[in-house]
Amino acid sequence: MARYDRAITVFSPDGHLFQVEYALEAVRKGNAVVGIRGIDIVVLAVEKKSTPKLQDSRSVRKIARLDTHIALACAGLKADARVLINRARIECQSHRLTVEDPVTVEYITRYIAGLQQKYTQSGGVRPFGLSTLIVGFDPYTEKPALYQTDPSGTFSAWKANATGRNSNSMREYLEKNYKETSGKETIKLAIRALLEVVESGGKNIEIAVMTQKDGLRELEESEIDEYVAEIEAEKAAAEAAKKGAAKET
Amino acid sequence: MMKLDMSALETQFGAPAGEDGGLLFDVDGAAMPAMEFPNCRDFDRFQATTKDMVKNKRGTTTLAFIFDKGVIVAADSRASMGGYISSQTVRKIIEINPYMLGTMAGGAADCQFWHRNLGTKCRLHELANKRRISVTGASKLLANILYSYRGMGLSIGTMIAGWDEKGPGLYYVDSEGARLKGNRFSVGSGSLYAYGILDEGYRFKMSVEEAGELARRAIYHATFRDGASGGCVSVYHVGPDGWKKLSGDDVGELHFQYYPIQKTPVEQEMTDASTS
Repeated sequence: MARYDRAITVFSPDGHLFQVEYALEAVRKGNAVVGIRGIDIVVLAVEKKSTPKLQDSRSVRKIARLDTHIALACAGLKADARVLINRARIECQSHRLTVEDPVTVEYITRYIAGLQQKYTQSGGVRPFGLSTLIVGFDPYTEKPALYQTDPSGTFSAWKANATGRNSNSMREYLEKNYKETSGKETIKLAIRALLEVVESGGKNIEIAVMTQKDGLRELEESEIDEYVAEIEAEKAAAEAAKKGAAKET
Repeated sequence: MMKLDMSALETQFGAPAGEDGGLLFDVDGAAMPAMEFPNCRDFDRFQATTKDMVKNKRGTTTLAFIFDKGVIVAADSRASMGGYISSQTVRKIIEINPYMLGTMAGGAADCQFWHRNLGTKCRLHELANKRRISVTGASKLLANILYSYRGMGLSIGTMIAGWDEKGPGLYYVDSEGARLKGNRFSVGSGSLYAYGILDEGYRFKMSVEEAGELARRAIYHATFRDGASGGCVSVYHVGPDGWKKLSGDDVGELHFQYYPIQKTPVEQEMTDASTS
């Protein structure tokens, strides 16, 4: 199959676009990202790989704001992400200019996915090596939304999803434990899912929360530490309860 | 190699290079029928004045206003070419889609084409976004198109009226690129007369019948005083469920409804004299 993976516009005999699949590999090597849609809140949680001591951590924000009501986190090639995010931001403003209305989450997701698809069907370019999780609130219905796009250019809406490193185990956890929640419960669910694959602690996790009223808010490290402590305590309590029950039987 | 048929590329006007000194088009190849330019000192000014003569002075009266139950849109139906009345039955209210109307003033072809084009764009927006386009959005799409053709001779003075999620919407858009949001507009040569009646009788709270009658009366008066307006008055109402045509009345008949013939005393004397 090696002969069919040089140019992305070439199909292999069994119908694969190898360049797109290799791009998905790049995503699988990227940092873990979790997105959860609650009743009136959306949460994005991203793994923060250890920052070098001399690096200014404020310049490597992993969660990007596309507009006042839409945020994006991605896993994969960060440089590609920067380009895609810039194009999406311009499109958000251009839409506001031409129809005097903010974009819906679905619209901007469709735009980003369309861009990613375009680069799988052109000569001389390679696909964007990233999958994105896009969250936001619909400006008309005020309902929260979570969408995912991938290097092939497909997109779909999710109640909760994960991408990047070990996304399968995170998704399994979410499938087992997802409930429609709001407020703190949603945040804790996101952290719990991320902690399945990430070292515990506020300095390894970056979290952003968006509500209809207050827009996007990044949580402070101390806040995250508090949540993590709560979760650990809950876990310990659950373990103790299990052990206690086992002893009794 | 077969000889390709280039006849479609031949233009009708154009002087071959070298003739007359200044050339307007750089054409080569196909033999053109040479058009003789008129003998005048300033050719460019001549062109501008000719264009001005043909330019439509927007002979029409259209109006639209927002009230508590939606938007009323009304127009006359006369088309004129200078002093010649070319039609008394022009449909000047264009149905862009079941919940949006556009009015026509200026060049009929320009208005009809660009409103149809706007309708297409609105439908595509609906299909892509699974929601109707707002009146704001539709008027902005049209205004941006007209602005890009600014200076190329389009003549359009239109009002986009509709009902969307934000309620009733009314925008005035013209070929100069202006786009204005408002509650009351009248466009055309008869608009001055229509404004007189409209501004005097307007109240925000009216029944649909009252509002329709106000619009009808305003257009009627414009047709009474303005020679370029006439024919019939069409009145439409745009409500939350879309537009509905309220009435279409010939202005001649309307005149005698508003001003019935008074029998004068002199006529009566004459009939008495003949029987005696």
